[in-house]
Amino acid sequence: MRKIRTIGALCTIAALGAGPAGAAGEAIQDKADAEFAKFRAEMEESNPAELFELKGEELWKAKRGPNNVSLAESCDLGQGVGKVEGAYVQMPRYFKDAGTVMDAERRIVWCMTEKQGFKFEGIAKKPFAKDEYTPEITSLVTFVAGQSRDMKFAVPLQEPHVREAYEIGKAVADYRAGPYDFSCSTCHGSDGLRIRMQNLPNISSHEGATKAVLGWPGYRMTGGVMLTQQWRMNDCFRQQRFPEPKYVSDVITVLLTYMTGNANGAVYKGPGIKR
Amino acid sequence: MKKTTLLAAAAAIPLITTSLTATADESYRNKAIEVFKSNFVATGQAHLTRLDEDSVQNICNRTVNNPPHDIATKMESDQLAGVKWPADGKLMGDWKVGEKLAQDGTGFTWRDDPIKPVGGNCYNCHQISPKEMAFGSVGPSLYQFGKNRGNTEETQKYVYSKIFNAKAYNLCSAMPRFGHIGALSPENIKNLVALLLDPESPVNK
Repeated sequence: MRKIRTIGALCTIAALGAGPAGAAGEAIQDKADAEFAKFRAEMEESNPAELFELKGEELWKAKRGPNNVSLAESCDLGQGVGKVEGAYVQMPRYFKDAGTVMDAERRIVWCMTEKQGFKFEGIAKKPFAKDEYTPEITSLVTFVAGQSRDMKFAVPLQEPHVREAYEIGKAVADYRAGPYDFSCSTCHGSDGLRIRMQNLPNISSHEGATKAVLGWPGYRMTGGVMLTQQWRMNDCFRQQRFPEPKYVSDVITVLLTYMTGNANGAVYKGPGIKR
Repeated sequence: MKKTTLLAAAAAIPLITTSLTATADESYRNKAIEVFKSNFVATGQAHLTRLDEDSVQNICNRTVNNPPHDIATKMESDQLAGVKWPADGKLMGDWKVGEKLAQDGTGFTWRDDPIKPVGGNCYNCHQISPKEMAFGSVGPSLYQFGKNRGNTEETQKYVYSKIFNAKAYNLCSAMPRFGHIGALSPENIKNLVALLLDPESPVNK
């Protein structure tokens, strides 16, 4: 049923793309966007992300790993051990026990290795969903994110470590290099730009940054898999023609601090659906 | 030639540090560079050397894409001097081949096979032929480019060298340097010149 609806809606979008020659690309883009927004709203009533939230909740509560402890009884996401409500929208944040700023996925990985005793290499080996495979960490992040649904982003930018991460994130976003001389900002630093028909949110603005962070983690229709912001940042660097960022490394944390910090105050709508 | 250009430009950089006005915050920039140097791995063709700035990237990064005019002019002329012109002296190829190339957005990512030819990536950012509605808007519309600019040898030279090295005309342009980095051969750049300037090209209909 869901698949049939997906195909139907995609056909509508494709048909719009083949509109009369001479019509402005912008107008067609707006129409396609509106169509997709309608489709997304419809899909979100039976959001596939919810399946991963449920799976993640099980994993969060289960005693696991060499230390046979649950994350629920050992992991502090910044709101106290085991407390997940509102944690996602208040990350990245500084964690004293780790001595660094961490985004949500990085923090959960930290808890899995430090508290449950899992090997980092085991988690980092295949960290992103592909085909039928969804890593446990993806479900965990989706669960934690779902526990911040309808709450406002509130990255603690006044905290000095977080502030510094934000500023470094801004510098990372502006750094041009590689064969194509691209930075993040080349495409995501001004309003109203597109690559082909894809709108490019301006992450330096509140409105654009909000667009960029909403809907993650997201069920992506391209490939039909659940993906997190760690994946999104990884794929941005691929398209920037850069080498590959290490999983849950500083470069991702500082970028997420910059982007989510710019989105502060906007309401997070929970794990979503992505094109 | 390229080496000489880079050395000359690199030598110019330290002299201007005090006179830069719109500068990026150096301390955060340095920390960002440390992050780049330690947080990446080489994957596929995307080696770690891609994280190093060349002289153009350096001055653009340090001035937030707003280099002092005299420096920009000097470095732009260095970039122009590095343009490799076609051996046969002809600047216009086949617009049909150009159109295919303009559609192709592949190349240089860690997933791309480095042996395979690289696309022109043109429609990613520009409106070109009116038949293609899925065009980007990072760059200006090139629809009717030849009709508006004419098909003189001077225009052909400009278009060829602009595609070969966009930084020869605007040092911190968002456009890649397709010839300079070896992404597009002189032959393929000629085909793109034809797409924009040939009176028979749909761009100019």
